[in-house]
Amino acid sequence: MKPAPFDYHAPRQLKEATELLAKLPNAKILAGGQSLVPMMNFRYVIADHLVDLGGLQELRGITVADDRLRIGAMTRQRDLEFSADIAKHCPLMTEALRHIGHRQTRNRGTIGGSLAHADPAAELPAICAAHDATIHVASVRGVREIRFRDFATGFMTTALQPDEVVAAVELPIWPAGHGHGFHEFARRHGDFALAGSAALLDVGPDNIVRKAALTLFGVAASPLRVDAAEARLTGQPLDANAIRTAAASAWLIEPISDIHASGEYRRHLAQVLSLRALNDAARRAGMQA
Amino acid sequence: MGRQATRVTVNGKAYARVVDARLTLADFLRHELNFTGTHLGCEHGVCGACTVLVDGHSARSCLMFAVQTNDCEVTTVEGLAPDGKLSVLQQAFMDNHGLQCGFCTPGMLITLTELLRDNPEPNEQDVREALTGNLCRCTGYAGIVRAALDAAQRLRGAAES
Amino acid sequence: MGVKQFGARVTRLEDPALLSGRGRFVDDVKLPGTLHACFVRSPHAHAKLLGFDSEATLAMSGVHAVITAEDLPEPMRHDPLPLLLPNPALVARTQLALARDEVCYVGQAVAVVVADTRYVAEDAAAALIPRYEVLPAASDCRAAAAESAPHSHSDLSSNVASTFRLNYGGVEGAFTGAAHVFKEELWQHRGGGMAMETRAVLAHHDTLSDLLTVWSGTQTPHIGRRTLADLLGRDLESIRMIAPDVGGGFGPKAIFYPEEAVIPAVALKLGRPVKWIEDRREHFLSATQERDQYWQMEIAVDAEGKVLGIRGRMLHDSGAFVPWGIIMPYIAASTVPGPYVIPSFDLETQVVLTNKVPTTPVRGAGRPQAVFAMERLLDRVARELKLDRAEVRRRNLIQPEQMPYEVGLIFRDGKPLVYDSGDYPHGQKKALELAEYQSFRERQKAALDQGRFIGIGFANYVEGTGIGPFEGVTVRVLPNGKVAVATGATNQGQGTRTTLSQIIAEQVGCRLEHVLMTIGDTGAISQGVGAFASRQAVNAGSSALLAGQAVRAQLIALAARTLGLPEADFDLEDGRAVAKRGNKPSISFGELARLAQGIPGVCFPAGQAAGIEHTAYYTPSQAAYCSGTHVAEVQVDAMTGGVKVIKYTVTHDVGRVINPLIVDGQVQGGVAHGIGNALLEWMQYDDNGQPLTTSFADYMLPMATDVPTCNITHIETVNPFNPLGVKGAGEGGTIPAPAAIISAIEDALSPFGVHFAETPLTPERIVATLRAAGAYDRLLTA
Repeated sequence: MKPAPFDYHAPRQLKEATELLAKLPNAKILAGGQSLVPMMNFRYVIADHLVDLGGLQELRGITVADDRLRIGAMTRQRDLEFSADIAKHCPLMTEALRHIGHRQTRNRGTIGGSLAHADPAAELPAICAAHDATIHVASVRGVREIRFRDFATGFMTTALQPDEVVAAVELPIWPAGHGHGFHEFARRHGDFALAGSAALLDVGPDNIVRKAALTLFGVAASPLRVDAAEARLTGQPLDANAIRTAAASAWLIEPISDIHASGEYRRHLAQVLSLRALNDAARRAGMQA
Repeated sequence: MGRQATRVTVNGKAYARVVDARLTLADFLRHELNFTGTHLGCEHGVCGACTVLVDGHSARSCLMFAVQTNDCEVTTVEGLAPDGKLSVLQQAFMDNHGLQCGFCTPGMLITLTELLRDNPEPNEQDVREALTGNLCRCTGYAGIVRAALDAAQRLRGAAES
Repeated sequence: MGVKQFGARVTRLEDPALLSGRGRFVDDVKLPGTLHACFVRSPHAHAKLLGFDSEATLAMSGVHAVITAEDLPEPMRHDPLPLLLPNPALVARTQLALARDEVCYVGQAVAVVVADTRYVAEDAAAALIPRYEVLPAASDCRAAAAESAPHSHSDLSSNVASTFRLNYGGVEGAFTGAAHVFKEELWQHRGGGMAMETRAVLAHHDTLSDLLTVWSGTQTPHIGRRTLADLLGRDLESIRMIAPDVGGGFGPKAIFYPEEAVIPAVALKLGRPVKWIEDRREHFLSATQERDQYWQMEIAVDAEGKVLGIRGRMLHDSGAFVPWGIIMPYIAASTVPGPYVIPSFDLETQVVLTNKVPTTPVRGAGRPQAVFAMERLLDRVARELKLDRAEVRRRNLIQPEQMPYEVGLIFRDGKPLVYDSGDYPHGQKKALELAEYQSFRERQKAALDQGRFIGIGFANYVEGTGIGPFEGVTVRVLPNGKVAVATGATNQGQGTRTTLSQIIAEQVGCRLEHVLMTIGDTGAISQGVGAFASRQAVNAGSSALLAGQAVRAQLIALAARTLGLPEADFDLEDGRAVAKRGNKPSISFGELARLAQGIPGVCFPAGQAAGIEHTAYYTPSQAAYCSGTHVAEVQVDAMTGGVKVIKYTVTHDVGRVINPLIVDGQVQGGVAHGIGNALLEWMQYDDNGQPLTTSFADYMLPMATDVPTCNITHIETVNPFNPLGVKGAGEGGTIPAPAAIISAIEDALSPFGVHFAETPLTPERIVATLRAAGAYDRLLTA
């Protein structure tokens, strides 16, 4: 299973990379390679040019400023996994990272690559959806910002133009003391999730939910925020009944069916995992009773 | 299309070559440099037989191109015991029947070398989770896990003395 | 006698090289001038092959040849691959080396492109567009068995390749008037062997000697060599086949493949070495598998749960060809009675051709399915009669005093099925004790109180191993005192070199590291069979013992003659023949070997033969029956259907154990495969015969987090029929595992009264079954 021939380019700067993408026909971006290269080896993807972003130091790094977490697109998942900043400000991501593939995939895989690849079962896009992240996208035309809701457009499709590259992701940080919960169901350790649920709850000292985010992934073409669940929770006292009703609204989705799982089963998992994720988030947020 | 010069250090020695851009790191190691210890089991990044260290981190060499490793340091199974004697981990594999056909073994050794370096006191669950990126069809993993825990203990003992 | 080797946990001789990356697998063998091959394979499950447009391909830089059926030499151009195990009850249909007019499964080879590198060969293969006329395909074997089904081969009016019946004891009488009759419908799917190393062939023709050397990742080089000789029309002696280090076999590498004929033919034609390394996608498409069996079974018991009879029907998916005959469904059918007294039995089996890659034995070879059927039936009896599952089995197990036990059937080796030895009640009792079966109910209740569902299940099995016809070993003492050994036995990870060296070193009295062994090379020993059906320890092990004993006798005789002392005085130690008297005169093996070479022109004394060597070909009189009991504990997440195997206990009777380290490894590895069969492995096809699971992302193998370390206990009941007293150990770990695990899952979910009769049992199936039983009405309100 050898890939078809291509020319290889290793730009040192983002400007050079965007210029290459603008002028080279049928060019693909090489980030971590953990999703792209298997497809090239199978020849499901034939690229005439490969633009390797591995040398772009300016696209690496994690910074915290103004209640936002900014992560360079070429930051390796491994670095996210061991980052104290991420653990402190986005514990949901730290927990999700443990489920992404295996040590070898995380050593090379990047956050930008995962977002651009947009696999329905991928964890990092789900975390971005949960946090209402903003994706910073660069090209020869400059940089534009796309809200995650508008970035993920369909099954393995994003709003990226052919000559655009994800440069960074910005996640608004949830208030200190917020609760997070993350549950996914996969056949084996590190496999793609058949379904997953990520919950974030910000609960006031009066036990009223100030903010709620419930995100499903692996069940639809893109990560899905369960608006009905969030509406049910927000502004209401947090108790077992509220959580159960919120989780039950995961039943309303239209799930995908494939050889790994039927829509029915995914619907069932969505509900089960949402209940678990919300319970964890509630516990961590210090729910009373 | 695309021939490219690349210079990579493998097992401590620098190699400068001109190769096809699409030549995978695995094929480069096996056929260009004759380090045949790294094996290909799937070429789509699941089985882990091709695992090597790239700048100290385990990576699937079937999912990298040789040209990507320009200026990098790569370690293969041949580099784990350069003086010809089996390393502590390799000896532990032998003592604990951690291999049968040997095809997945180089990848296992690389992954465990990284684990034991980063976590000198792993428990059984740590070892099993670290190994999920490496498939074995022969052993049922028990001997490999035993070997890893045995090696960890021996290495800790050596470090303390 | 030498150092006691037999029974010792000797670390393996194979390991140092494999651990330091110095293994020599086929792709590690480098010959100058080698060209690389890529096969062009049918994308259709069934189609007429109309022709090729190869101009574009031939014009590509680096391409040396495009070979189709027309370019192959006779007889392989027109003669299909031989049917190795013919049977009068079988419509014999095997493949051509390259398809001529019709292709019958996705992945069937139609052409091969040869180029400077595999990369270029793949480019060229992609440019070669064969022309097809697509035909209807037979996919599901149940549908394929019907008269109106699409023909899997356009010239065969029926897809039923064979119908055979195994029966004894007059089952009709047993069922009429039985206190209870229970029916079960079972489906099992096995999937592939999935060795980590794919198939590989390297062929080189030396024009000076006219020797065609073929390296192949095969379990059976001698069979391969003679098959190739027939297909090429060459003298047997002009071909040498070598199985070097092979990265796992598990059955699919035991058969002879079209690629093993084509690559040598191409090497002969082009006058250069040609290498083909299968990639994983090809492996999913064209390496053989086991697949679906559908069983409809009935069991008749008396009021106490004693079995009166078993009857039923089984449908077996054979794939498009039958390279290994009907051995596998036959083994499945004849394994059903297992370790139980089954007074009457009647099973009709239909072997059905489908437009999918052929099925041939994969570790267990039909026995897992048989054990699953039998054990599910017994669990059913237990549940219906409200008896403990262990008690039902106790009432039906063959007792040790009934050995040797005639089952009443003929085994696949052509001999009556007679269990030679074994203590099945003891094996079950011991396994259940070690697994703490009695106290499990308390643990289960405690878990339930915490909202966790755990269950225990177990299964018994008997496996016929060590089948013939033979396996040879030559032992020869060299002038430097080392001991050269050659055998037709092969090694794909089972430690053949180590176990045979242990036997020989102990007999001959030399150091283990002084045994120089050549394995899997037809140039080293003239007759051979190879590795499959757990046969090597019995066959090659016994030959090693016999040859070792013969060489021992020759060494002692010559030492006695040379030193002028009685033979009875001598012992063999560390490469010397030592007389145990006085000042212990001795003579080295090397000196003895030189004496046995003689002096040119001088006659030997009476009684002296040439050299110190012996070749033994042990031929077993019947199979050796090993047995065991597996106990599995599982935890089931009733909400997601997720299953974890948390504890696994094995008692295992393989007769005398040559190397416990190696045997334990075989059992542990076999159990892992069984866990895969129970929970994960499923080679899926659509209704048009298109394979849907063609990578390790879709076809799931067990990982380190899926397989617990087994608690393994050996029970040695000596095999009375071979000189070592051993039985085979390679497959026993796999055979009862699915039955034990599914039984455990059912036990875990017993509060819901659900029942399972299929493998792999997926989380989705568990959830659907629980839902249908109303489980979620209770659970979700909790």
